Amino acid sequence: MTWTSGYDDWVVLIGVLAAVACALPGTFLLLRGMSMMGDAISHAVLPGIAVGFLVSGSRESSWMFLGAVVAGVITAVVSQALHRLGRLERGAAMGVVFTTFFAAGLILMVQGADHVELDPNCVLYGAIELAPLDTVTMLGTEIPRAVPILVGVGVVNLLIVLLLYKEMKLCAFDPGMARAAGINDRLVNQVLMILTAATCVACFEVVGSILVVALLVVPAAAARLLSDRLPVVLLLAVIIGSIAAGLGHVSAITVPGWFSAQVEDTSTAGMMAVMAGVVFAVAWILAPRHGMLARLIHLLNLRVRIASEDALGLLYRCDERGEALSATRLRQALSSTTDAGPMVIRLAMGRNQRQGLVTSGTDGCHLTEGGRARAAEIVRSHRLWESWLWRHADLAADHVHDSAMMLEHVTDDSIRQQLDAETGSVAQDPHGRPIPEPGSDGEPGDRTSDG
Amino acid sequence: MAAPRVTAASPRGSEHDDRAPLSIHDMTVAYERKPVLWDVDVDVPEGRLVCIIGPNGAGKSTLLKACLDMVPQVSGEVRFWGRPIAAQRQRVAYVPQRESVDWDFPVSALDVVAMGTYRRLGWCRPVGRRERADAMAALERVGLGDLARRQISQLSGGQQQRVFLARALVQEADLFLMDEPFASVDAATEEAILDVLSALRTSGKTVVCVHHDLQTVRESFDWVVMLNMRVVAAGPVTEVFTVENLRRTFGGRLTLLDQAATALGQAHRGVEGG
Repeated sequence: MTWTSGYDDWVVLIGVLAAVACALPGTFLLLRGMSMMGDAISHAVLPGIAVGFLVSGSRESSWMFLGAVVAGVITAVVSQALHRLGRLERGAAMGVVFTTFFAAGLILMVQGADHVELDPNCVLYGAIELAPLDTVTMLGTEIPRAVPILVGVGVVNLLIVLLLYKEMKLCAFDPGMARAAGINDRLVNQVLMILTAATCVACFEVVGSILVVALLVVPAAAARLLSDRLPVVLLLAVIIGSIAAGLGHVSAITVPGWFSAQVEDTSTAGMMAVMAGVVFAVAWILAPRHGMLARLIHLLNLRVRIASEDALGLLYRCDERGEALSATRLRQALSSTTDAGPMVIRLAMGRNQRQGLVTSGTDGCHLTEGGRARAAEIVRSHRLWESWLWRHADLAADHVHDSAMMLEHVTDDSIRQQLDAETGSVAQDPHGRPIPEPGSDGEPGDRTSDG
Repeated sequence: MAAPRVTAASPRGSEHDDRAPLSIHDMTVAYERKPVLWDVDVDVPEGRLVCIIGPNGAGKSTLLKACLDMVPQVSGEVRFWGRPIAAQRQRVAYVPQRESVDWDFPVSALDVVAMGTYRRLGWCRPVGRRERADAMAALERVGLGDLARRQISQLSGGQQQRVFLARALVQEADLFLMDEPFASVDAATEEAILDVLSALRTSGKTVVCVHHDLQTVRESFDWVVMLNMRVVAAGPVTEVFTVENLRRTFGGRLTLLDQAATALGQAHRGVEGG
């Protein structure tokens, strides 16, 4: 419940180191569409750890590490072979292999637990809170044993990603091209699997084999939303992972106190995964281009633009008939002829007035000079499309209006010229109404007298 | 099991023409034991624009992939200037179908084109200033100099296809194998690609395209391989691109070999099922 300097600092550092080590292979797993392979490997290293532990009888041994890496690589190889040769769907192949391995590992551990002090709970959920107690002496100072291990794995990951950056990028983007260029796609893939397995083993004592996938996948997924450049994505994944790890421990200590004075604190590993999820959610909502908010704003802008163009078109057609429209009537007409909602219509009317296209007074809404020119373009697009659809798409004259209503908003000058050429520069649309001349101020009745 | 051939591209006596950029002899390829290509024999001459045409499922893309060892061959031999692909990868550039990659990948157009320099760089060496300059020059050649920094998902389909072409150009290859470079591209892209292809031919390079638009075969290409599991005809467009051969390539009737292949596939499925 309280922060103990010199102890909780270590917990945060260990969490951050684990997150950093996971972020690099995690990003490449994500880009290869193999995120779940990270999950599979993180579970399947269990029998390797158990065998290595039972053989050597010690937790410090490199046997455990080796056994785990071997188990991880076997998982990747066997599940890929099952998928390719056994014609088993990729997810099912991984599910078959890693659950079998995981269960075998659990049984080995429970059996072995009678003789040795390896706690299955610690393997599953991690024991980051206790990690600072397990120390080694390096260069005369006592530091938690997890620190040199995680730093080592992190540095190896970084070196390999730097060294094989272009190979890993190409194999993730276009394995066919990699093969054609003589780069062994399978070899690069195996390197990634070994990195993932080694990282999972280094992290399993800290965050446990179940939650390590949260550090592999979630920061990478959030980073991918925030940037379209691979080096930036890698860097952001590291940063986001670190933030989630730091916030995780802080909130594991503080958050339970908000709800109950009795509860001391909660699982740091759990909170790290939750915080990774929270950071992802924030990124998903706020990301500049891929974010939900950005998409919504883009969509709203589009709707408002379409509604404001529809309003200009309506006013133009009223002018043709010599009618005047009040603002209220214009709103009613928009809401009955288009699927724009009241808010979009209000924003669209505001936009037209702000841009000086429409004036609104006691005698109703009127197009300004600039508004009339813009409206003429829209109506021209509409009527050209009607003519084109009627002639070339074999649509009946009374069926072309709705299609033209949509197309008029995405029609630029070059398309209008092409339409004009392909319809033989007709003067009237299929309903007999005049098509405004290009570049004219669109004064109704310019070309024809029938209005 | 020799396939009937209207035009024999290579003299039957010698197995390979060592000057031919691409020489395919007796190639058979099967997916899941079902033959896709059967006894293909073609010698592609140097300095030509060659197109491979044939109906869907004729094995056009597979032919390119099998030549590059990307799918295994059941039998047969492929030689590039008389030597196997492993010895000639530097001289052969491959342009896959646009749909074969994920265009949401977080890289720019320039990054993708620079991938064409990876082979000459070799393992572990990073892309440097020279490679980036080469990639930029290739992008400008296909008319995309302004879009170098743009993320690839923000390019139109035609622009993506041109990025792939630029990536092949930067490899400085002598033979270009392209899988449907004209598939659903805009007019500007089609023109840009055709310009680049004829420039390649002028400088003595050889281009082999899988192609789907029969209308443009005569004006755009000078050599044609007509494929439907086996080579129906191969040779100069003026000689072999005939109505009779088109009918034989695209005709609805199953030939004896097709029937045998279908029966064989069914038999195998029966064995596996039982």
